[in-house]
Amino acid sequence: MEEIWLGLQRAVELIFSADPDVMEATWRSLSISATASVIAAVIALPLGSLIFHNTFHGKRFVISFIHTLFSLPTVLVGLFVFLLFSRSGPLGEFGLLFTPTIMVIGQAVLVTPLILGLVISALSGIDRMAKETAIALGASRWQMGLLMIKEARYAIFTAFILGFGRAISEVGLALMVGGNIRGFTRVLTTAISLETSKGDIELSLALGIILLGIALLINMALSWLQQRSTVIRPRPVE
Amino acid sequence: MNKTWLKISGLLLSMVLAASSIAGCNSSDNPSTTGPTVSPTTQQGSGILTPAKRLKVATTSSLYDTGLWALLEPMFEKEFGVEVDVLYANTGIALQYGQRGDVDIITVHDKARELQFIADGYGTTRSAFAYNYFVIVGPASDPLGLKGLSAEDAFKKLFASKTTKFVSRGDASGTHSKEQAIWKAAGFNYADVRSSGAWYVESGQGMGPTLQMAGQLQAYTLSDLGTFLAFKGQTGLASIVDKGSILLNVYAAIPVNPAKVAVSNKDMAQKMAEWLMSPAIQKVIGDYGVKDYGAPLFTPCAGNEPSS
Repeated sequence: MEEIWLGLQRAVELIFSADPDVMEATWRSLSISATASVIAAVIALPLGSLIFHNTFHGKRFVISFIHTLFSLPTVLVGLFVFLLFSRSGPLGEFGLLFTPTIMVIGQAVLVTPLILGLVISALSGIDRMAKETAIALGASRWQMGLLMIKEARYAIFTAFILGFGRAISEVGLALMVGGNIRGFTRVLTTAISLETSKGDIELSLALGIILLGIALLINMALSWLQQRSTVIRPRPVE
Repeated sequence: MNKTWLKISGLLLSMVLAASSIAGCNSSDNPSTTGPTVSPTTQQGSGILTPAKRLKVATTSSLYDTGLWALLEPMFEKEFGVEVDVLYANTGIALQYGQRGDVDIITVHDKARELQFIADGYGTTRSAFAYNYFVIVGPASDPLGLKGLSAEDAFKKLFASKTTKFVSRGDASGTHSKEQAIWKAAGFNYADVRSSGAWYVESGQGMGPTLQMAGQLQAYTLSDLGTFLAFKGQTGLASIVDKGSILLNVYAAIPVNPAKVAVSNKDMAQKMAEWLMSPAIQKVIGDYGVKDYGAPLFTPCAGNEPSS
């Protein structure tokens, strides 16, 4: 119990002293995961719309497959990306292994199925009427797709946040393809893993608390955005 | 409605912009670790697909956990103006990284596998730069009374009693190799030892976590001296057996052979091997740990590797 308290104190100290190593790892965690989630969203939005709006043979299977990938173990993605980008692998010539770039790629691979599946669910949650009305009013396929995304925006944004959350909290992939290089690929989770293995429980706890704090801030920002929009949104037609 | 949407996309966009500043242009901007020592040449051509030239070193965990690499890394960076990336692994993983060409040089401690690595053409030369000894460590009370025995006899007694636990790394590390060698020297078939009961615990983790596990279980384990000393305070374990030529632990640096594997920074790897063997750095290695542990963690041995 005392250790937890000490960890909390240490976290506060680290934050207020702006410890450069911690700040850097925090910033790196944020930027790598944010980039990966944005890339994943950029892939998942059009692809999800495409899958949702079209009927094709094996659609159910494709969706179940995407849902299966929700539980993709991060170390498996790590292994896959490692083998692909290792110097003796097919993409080895780029020399990307053990760089932040490869961590972005790996996390994007990890998070894309999650956002994709949730985008499809989000679109499914929209009233059928919306789609039919849009088509009846002569919307092109493109306009209709955009309209549906707009209607489902809250659920889609939640999907993005979930994807970001999975990316920033994972450790196996970051360790395998990033290598936990101090000052280069070390992120909060890999630092926690290292400090725990070194037995510095306080510092591990402190870093964990910082990571949770970031998650809290992001979620507060999200709900603030949602609240604001509900204040503006109901504009009764008089 | 549109306003919110705009804000959300604005938020996303700013996240991307923020992120690309780090992930895109690699880490030419880490003030805390690289400081002013980075030479301008290492930053050239640093884009997403053409990363800057860096020297990648895969090291056995003992050289990392003891803090030796944390001391050497900035020294080398300063002298040669290159970014050094130290990958914390174990001997097995380091050799694997070397074979795949993912690192430029490895620093490990398993002579038999090192010689094989070179014989297979993956490494150029083996530079033995330091040594110390492995130790069998355990609860200070030494429940099995192993003190004073040879490593082989201590293992025989452990196996015979099967009461006090023994924690094995079980991870193909240099220490795990050494443990297997001791079992063999003691006349056991390693496969039999592994399957002989619950007293034999495989941690599957690095030396530090393994020592902590041994401390929690009040068990014996085999450790390199440096990591044991670094973790002694946390684990409460004591050194039980520390004598015998079988416990010799030699650390060597091997640049990955550019003729066999496509490495990225072969010249710098060769320079690092030479640098580790240089008198000045040998002295740094020999002095390391005296301040914190009262005795050096490593004995420098450039040019005359001990055989016992």
